[in-house]
Amino acid sequence: MELNDLAHGSGEWLRGSGPESDIVISSRIRLARNLAEFAFISRATDADRTEIEHQLRTRLATFDKPTNVSYVDVKELDAIDRQFLVERQLISREHAESDGARGVAIGDDEQFAVMINEEDHLRIQVMYSGLNLDAAWEQISRLDDMIESKVTYAFDARLGYLTACPTNVGTGLRVSVMLHLPALVITRQIEKVFRSLQKINLAVRGLYGEGSQAMGDFYQISNQITLGRAEQELIRQVGDVVPVLIDYERQAREVLVRESQEKLHDRVSRAYGILRTAQTISSEETMHLLSSVRMGVNLGLINDLEIPTVNKLFIHTQPAHLQKISGSELDTADRNIERASYLRRHLNTGGDTAEAN
Amino acid sequence: MSTARDKQKLATPPKMMKCQQCEKPATFHITELTSGKPQELHLCEQCARSYLTESEEHVPADSGNLTGMLAQQLAVNETAEELARLERKTCPVCGITFLEFRKEGRLGCPHDYTFFAEELEPLVLNIHGESTHIGKIPVRTAGDSQHQTELIRLRREMKEAVSAENYERASQLRDQIRQIEEDAQ
Repeated sequence: MELNDLAHGSGEWLRGSGPESDIVISSRIRLARNLAEFAFISRATDADRTEIEHQLRTRLATFDKPTNVSYVDVKELDAIDRQFLVERQLISREHAESDGARGVAIGDDEQFAVMINEEDHLRIQVMYSGLNLDAAWEQISRLDDMIESKVTYAFDARLGYLTACPTNVGTGLRVSVMLHLPALVITRQIEKVFRSLQKINLAVRGLYGEGSQAMGDFYQISNQITLGRAEQELIRQVGDVVPVLIDYERQAREVLVRESQEKLHDRVSRAYGILRTAQTISSEETMHLLSSVRMGVNLGLINDLEIPTVNKLFIHTQPAHLQKISGSELDTADRNIERASYLRRHLNTGGDTAEAN
Repeated sequence: MSTARDKQKLATPPKMMKCQQCEKPATFHITELTSGKPQELHLCEQCARSYLTESEEHVPADSGNLTGMLAQQLAVNETAEELARLERKTCPVCGITFLEFRKEGRLGCPHDYTFFAEELEPLVLNIHGESTHIGKIPVRTAGDSQHQTELIRLRREMKEAVSAENYERASQLRDQIRQIEEDAQ
């Protein structure tokens, strides 16, 4: 797999299709698994890690798969490529930044990724555009069965799948639904929503997971409990709350349209205007403005832009994507100029008047 | 790793320690895991209570480091003897002590769940509210998990033998590992 080729697409999660895709960006499930005959990563020697990576890599290569699978040796990648895979949500930040033998097997459509030697020996992930948890579970469970037919997992009859951190023990399952909730942010209801989610043991995180800020009004809702409930039950718990959140967000949008139509239209138009004309712009500002534009497209306030295009801009203006697409390493200041130029090129397709200014 | 330094710290008799905030003897030994780097605190009961209530207010509920927060909670009411016991209790397979797990938030090997069952039980209950798995079961469970545990232990011993330049022992261990691996196939 050529990472450079990947860079020009958006990947599965920003395809912008699937059920409820105006608000639900993606549905993701991951399973944490460990091999029974090796120490967990924190106690694994370099030789262990190399051996784990080698064993899993060769066994993954023998599968009959519906799609082509490419293996990326993360240890050998430079910093930009590692960051690129993080932005793409194909590996975690922890995986990118750790040491030693490690890698990721990626399906050609980017619907699944299997990280080797992350916090656990195996982190299997399946990601679908829009709200599609059942299909994601079906695929990941099948993938899990396939891997399990070749290796022996660390499993305990009482505690289930054994993981390096007790927060994942049991099913090892984390289900996350990523939502775009700008109207709940504008109407200041988002905190209230989070508090009620926490009460039912669901976690809320930003775009890039643990500790990351909610950039661009993207939020991930996921389960915190992994033990004592079957996988489908854990998935249902998250799945049940999503329609409620979609409903809240739609209501908040209606309120904005009804009670402050001019202000909302002004906000969306200004955001669009800045993105089409800026000469230098940071990643944070871009995310912030694109969020308004995305909502504007969904509400029919912007008519000459499609959601998949907006989604593509979200990912392509991230630091590593920008550098891979431009084909050169850039410092922050140069990135901001390149980002503005990229946005002007892609948002002024009707005519190049703004480009000339 | 930080193990050597931690051991040194504990080598000073814990009972002689004074509270870091007043002159009373320190009976509470807290390992703070929430601020990235583990930080050790030695406090008397009174100071410990006020420290813990204070930090609870300041740490937002969603600080992300769930294990750290729970480990901190468990550290309350812990006497020096208990702490020393946890420092001594070492997994025979991977060599991790329970105290090390609490500092790092990560276990060393699958066997830890058996070996530290008693210590982990309240933590697991705290996180999940349950202690028994429901859901998927692998078709090929480790029928003979003893073999796997043995492999982990032998690999660690081999590494230790190599570090100690005891190559004869290391090569014996390597042969043993190969034998078990072959038998498994």
